[in-house]
Amino acid sequence: MSDAPQEPTSGSELEAGQDAVSAGGRPPLDVIDVRTGQFGASGSGDTSGYGGLVTTVVLPGPTARPYGGWFDEVVDILAEVLEESGTPFDAAVTSVVVDRGELTLNVAREHILAVCRALRDDQDLRFELSLGVSGAHYPHDTGRELHAVYHLVSVTHSHRLRLEVAVADGDAHIPSTVAVYPTHDWHERETWDFFGIEFDGHPALARIEMPDDWPGHPQRKDYPLGGIPVEYKGATVPPPDQRRSYR
Amino acid sequence: MTSSTPGAPRSTGHIVDEDATGIPSFEAAGGDWSEIAEEAARLGEERIVVNMGPQHPSTHGVLRLMLEIDGETVTEARAGIGYLHTGIEKNMEFRTWTQGVTFCTRMDYVAPISSEAAYCLAVEKLLGITDDVPERATVIRVLMLELNRIASHLVCLASGGNELGATTIMTTGFTAREEVLKIFELITGLRMNHAYIRPGGVAQDIPPGALDTIRESLVTIRHYMRQLEDLMLANPILQGRMKGVGYLNLSGCMALGMTGPVLRSAGLPYDVRKSAPYCGYETYDFEIPVADTGDAWGRMVVRIEEIYQSMHLVEQTLDRLQASGPGPVMVADKKIAWPAQLAIGSDGMGNSLDHIREIMGTSMEALIHHFKLVTEGFRVPAGQVFQSVEAPRGELGVHLVSDGGTKPYRAHFRDPSFNNLQAVSVMCEGGLLADVVVAVASLDPVLGGVDR
Repeated sequence: MSDAPQEPTSGSELEAGQDAVSAGGRPPLDVIDVRTGQFGASGSGDTSGYGGLVTTVVLPGPTARPYGGWFDEVVDILAEVLEESGTPFDAAVTSVVVDRGELTLNVAREHILAVCRALRDDQDLRFELSLGVSGAHYPHDTGRELHAVYHLVSVTHSHRLRLEVAVADGDAHIPSTVAVYPTHDWHERETWDFFGIEFDGHPALARIEMPDDWPGHPQRKDYPLGGIPVEYKGATVPPPDQRRSYR
Repeated sequence: MTSSTPGAPRSTGHIVDEDATGIPSFEAAGGDWSEIAEEAARLGEERIVVNMGPQHPSTHGVLRLMLEIDGETVTEARAGIGYLHTGIEKNMEFRTWTQGVTFCTRMDYVAPISSEAAYCLAVEKLLGITDDVPERATVIRVLMLELNRIASHLVCLASGGNELGATTIMTTGFTAREEVLKIFELITGLRMNHAYIRPGGVAQDIPPGALDTIRESLVTIRHYMRQLEDLMLANPILQGRMKGVGYLNLSGCMALGMTGPVLRSAGLPYDVRKSAPYCGYETYDFEIPVADTGDAWGRMVVRIEEIYQSMHLVEQTLDRLQASGPGPVMVADKKIAWPAQLAIGSDGMGNSLDHIREIMGTSMEALIHHFKLVTEGFRVPAGQVFQSVEAPRGELGVHLVSDGGTKPYRAHFRDPSFNNLQAVSVMCEGGLLADVVVAVASLDPVLGGVDR
C-alpha cells in the first residue's frame, strides 16, 4: 500500500471514523476467544504447568484515521453517497479496519444492500466485480458468532476491499445481495450450506455442496470433522480433530 | 433442519416442483432415442427433463446438468454440483499452515500450482514476510505458475476438442501437456498433488539441468501448438460448432463475476497479474490477449494466445534463473522455513541425509527445532487476508483467517470454476442440446476446484 495518507476531506467524516475509537484514544480490541492451556491435554493431571496459560485471541480492531492510500478517499465517498441516499454512514458502517494493507468495512446487516449498491454504482467507487461471499464462525464472540465476508473489486480503479457482516448465532439473517451482485447466488448458497447464515430474499437458498437432506452446517466450529481412529503397529492414532494439538 | 421441511428450496427444486409430481416419467439411460421420443409423444407429455451427469464424459468430472428440453432446444438448464465435495477447507483447519499446501493442491487438480501459490502468498501476507521471500523462489513460482497455465489450457483445448469428436486435437493437446508434466515431475517429484510451493518459498530448488530440459520442452510444446493451431483455427467444423455458441457479453460477465478467459473473450483485459500483481509479475513483459466475440470460439482463441504468452513468460524466468545462479529458495527466518531439504536416497526421496546426520548426531538443538517446527508448526499473527492470483480459469482468491495459532482458523477458496459454472444456464438456455457440451467446455470447469 502507498504510504502517503491523504487528509480527510471534512471534519464530520473525521469524527465518524473516530467514533469507533474508544474514549482512551486506543482502539478497542476485537476479542474473539479466550483459551487456556497449550497442549490440549485433557483427562490427566497437568504435569507441564502450561495448563495455567491464558491466551486471548484478538483480531485487529478498528483503525483510526488516516487509513492511508486510497482508503480514506473511498470511505469518504461511500459516506457521502450513503448520506445522500438517506442512510447514516455511522449506522451502516460500524467500523473500518485496515490491516496488512487491506481495507475491511464492518457493515450493519440491515444496510448491506445499500452499501453494496453504493459501492457498485457510484462512478468514483465502481466496485463492479464481486468475488463472492465467504463465511467465518467465531463461536465465542458472543452476539457476533457468524460473519459473512464479501470481497469486492473495482476493475475501473484497481481497488479491492472487503465487507464484513456479523450476526448472532440465534438470529443468523442477512439480507441477500443477489439483486446487486447476481454472482452471489451460489456464494450465498454455499455460505448458508456451510455456516447456516440465512440470506433473506435469496431466490432459492438451497444447499449447494451438501446433499439436500443433510443435517447441520459443516464449516461451523462446533461441527465435528469426523474420521475414525487408525491403528498402526499396535498404536492408535485418533482422528485429526481429536488429537492433542497446540492452542 | 429447515432444508428438509416441505416447501424448502432444494438444489433439485425445478425437477421435483409441484407440476412435476404425479406425471409419468421414463428412464432415458441408453436405448433407442426414437422409442423414448415415441413414448413421450404417446404420453402426451411435452416437458422432457434430461439429466446429464454427474457421470458423463463431457462434463469434465462429476458435474450434473439438469436440462429441460423442447425438441433439440434447451429451455432450462441448471447445474448441480457437490458430488466431489470432500471438505478440504474444513480439513485444513486441523493441520498446520505448511500442511495446508498438501490439501489445497488437491482442489483444482488441473492447475494445482495456482491454489498452492494463492494459499502460500496469503500465509506470507498474514505473517508479513511477503518481501522476505527470496527472489529465486519467486521466479521459480512464476515459472511453475506459467507452465501450469500452459498445461491447464492444453487440457481445456484437448478435452474440448475431444467432446466434439476431434480425437486428434485431444491426442495432440495431451501429448503437449505431457511435456509440462515431465517438467513438473523433474522439479517437484510428482505429476500432480505437488505441494511444491510452501509458505516462505518453495520445497526445493530446481534440479541441475532443469533449465535446459525446460528450454527443450518449450520447443516441443511450440511444435505441438503449431499443430493444434493448424487443426483448430481454420477448421470449418470447429468454427461451425463454436462460433456464436455459449455467448456471454461483458455486462453478463461482470454481473456473474466471471473472470479469466471467459471475461477476456468478452473484451475486457482484466488479469490479476496486471491489476494486482503478485510474485513480481509487474517486472515481466507479457500481454493480455482478448477477443471481442464473447463466445466459445473467442475463449478458445484467447487460451491459445495465452499459452504463447505463458511460454514467453517461462523463457523470461529461465533467463533470470540462469543469470542469478544458485541461491536460497526459502525465507531465511528459521522459525518459519521448513528445516529439511529433500534429497534422493537409496529408498526414494526423503529428508536429506546431511540434515538427518546433523539433527541425529551433532546438534540436539537442531533436533528440537526440527521436531517443534514439523509437529507444532509456526504461529501466524491473528487477522484475515484475501489473496488473489490469476489461475488458468480465472481469479482464484484465498480468504484466510488466523487466530494466532499454528493452524488456519478458516481457509476459503474462491475458485473460478465454482463461480463460472453459474453462467451455464445463461449460456445454454435457448440453444441447442449439442451446444451445451461446447458451452460447458468453454468454461473449462474442474470439479475438484468447484466442490473442494
